Amino acid sequence: MRITRAVMKKIIPWLFLTPVIIFIILSWVAPVALTLYLGFTDLSIKNFLAFIRDFFTPEVHITLENFEKIFFGGDPYLPEVLKITIIYVVSVLAINAFYSLILSISIAYFLKHDYLSLFLRVSWLLPRITPGVIYALMWNWFIDPRYGMLNTLLSLAGIPKEMLPQSWLLDKPYSQILMIMVNGYIGASFGMIVYTAAIKSIPPDLINAALVDGANEFQVARHIIIPLLKWPIFFVVAWQTLSLLASYEQILLIWGAGGGGGYAGIARAAGVMVWALYSYSKAFSEYQYGYASAISVVLVVVGIALILIYFKLFGFSRLMAPSKVEV
Amino acid sequence: MLSLPRYRIESRKTKALLRSIIKYLIVIVVAVIPLIPVWIMYLWLIMQSFSPKVNLGIIPLGFTLNNWRFLWSPLKMGLKTYPNIWPITINTLLIALGVSGIVVLISTLGGYALSRMEFAGRTGMMKFIIALHAFPSVILLIALFIILNKLGLYGKGYVTLLGITLVKAGLEIPMASWIIKGFFDAIPWDVEWAALVDGCTRWRLWRSIVLPLVLPGIGAISIFSFLSGWSEFLLVFTYVKDEAYYTLPVLIYHMIGEYKMVDWGLLAALGLFFTIPTIIFFSTSQKLLLRIYVGGVKG
Repeated sequence: MRITRAVMKKIIPWLFLTPVIIFIILSWVAPVALTLYLGFTDLSIKNFLAFIRDFFTPEVHITLENFEKIFFGGDPYLPEVLKITIIYVVSVLAINAFYSLILSISIAYFLKHDYLSLFLRVSWLLPRITPGVIYALMWNWFIDPRYGMLNTLLSLAGIPKEMLPQSWLLDKPYSQILMIMVNGYIGASFGMIVYTAAIKSIPPDLINAALVDGANEFQVARHIIIPLLKWPIFFVVAWQTLSLLASYEQILLIWGAGGGGGYAGIARAAGVMVWALYSYSKAFSEYQYGYASAISVVLVVVGIALILIYFKLFGFSRLMAPSKVEV
Repeated sequence: MLSLPRYRIESRKTKALLRSIIKYLIVIVVAVIPLIPVWIMYLWLIMQSFSPKVNLGIIPLGFTLNNWRFLWSPLKMGLKTYPNIWPITINTLLIALGVSGIVVLISTLGGYALSRMEFAGRTGMMKFIIALHAFPSVILLIALFIILNKLGLYGKGYVTLLGITLVKAGLEIPMASWIIKGFFDAIPWDVEWAALVDGCTRWRLWRSIVLPLVLPGIGAISIFSFLSGWSEFLLVFTYVKDEAYYTLPVLIYHMIGEYKMVDWGLLAALGLFFTIPTIIFFSTSQKLLLRIYVGGVKG
């Protein structure tokens, strides 16, 4: 009787956890392992059916060709993709981590009015809350040169007509600006929420003492608030780097829907083909599953490395409570 | 202060005034002006959907329900004509309810074990869940495509939707377990001790004492996973090729390309129709959801 009790005590937690583990294996572990494996194969539409019938079919070859192609210039378009990805990640990251810092200081500290600051905060959250396809619909309308408002607003702001593009989706520097803006609006609120929570948790005495000593509000922001936000800023930069590197859904939605569904050609023409979208399009519009997986493997490896760095940098407990301030 | 000469007090006052002007200028430039496009877009969506024509994007000229005709009359998309929007709405609802049901059931079990039980590898498991939360799942689409194919859950109508539901639920489960674990952590141990001392079994304890106490948490993860299933785009867009099994986001995606320029009113109404659940849930339980959305992996 006693033994069974002890055994039961060991077994019960795993009974509760088994379903979770099964789903995690199905949706996470197996796909990651499979992506790593596929990166070393020549799987394409030609041998796909044979592969589905039998994972070890001789028609699928193990090869290093994909990685040779990626790292030794076998794909002439890849340097362009890399360049666009770097521009994309760095610019959106600047908005997500640093613009949102000024934003949250403005909303949570400069603006003392509660309802107004709540209203602004909710407004900034709208792009994040809105389903992606609706966000894409609204942008497609907004940038439309004939029906939309973007060009109208910009010429109201005094920008000469010649400088406005015929098509925000296709004309090159503009399309890339659009890509950064669209994702920046979504990302700004992430930093904003993390920082606002952190600013609110700064003991008011600290700020009052400085004010009594004759510091003005800019000095308080510069010398008290920003230094205390060091960890939240690190956290936002680290977290967003990874999610931006892998993000492509919004680009696919806006350029794909606006161009009538042919996302791959449009994204190439508009110069918004980021790394993750390139992998997606290689798989699902050119059916080169092996090569596409190899492109993804680069992201998987970078992702795992970054996650290990987070754990080292932040420690487990800090990751769980990202918005606390450490005085 | 009084000993200061008058002109110095004056100049301090001007300085303070100048500073507060600069302060509000920063607020306006940084936090208000960039919002103008956002406000215009949302106003447009609402105005355009009820109006035959809008002026300057947001000023409606007249009122009409014609844009909402997809609710009762046929809707054409490419070569396919749907009798009305409801079959597609039902597909979307099936995925949303399926994801929500699976996520709630499984992550409540898992979250309880993580919060309350001692077992080897507990910390490791929690670390793993956090790592999954940071890992971007969107790059796994190719591998998931092959797994669904292998499991026979691809290209077979509702069976494909079932496969998508399972995968989507699996992608949501780590975060949902983490959230519900937080709610379990907040219940005082004493409540459980009392019941255990009184001879309650773990299972009964869980069902009749713990579960009612975490109902708000269950509400939160069920709404959250419902919404994320409802607006899931990539999985359906990538894996469903038969138009009869599209969901609303994929339908709207294809409609934008086709009706852009031709009928913005229809698109706006369709978009608003699709956003209704999001609006309802956010206006009723925003605090709960915001807390969760912060941890989201979007953008």
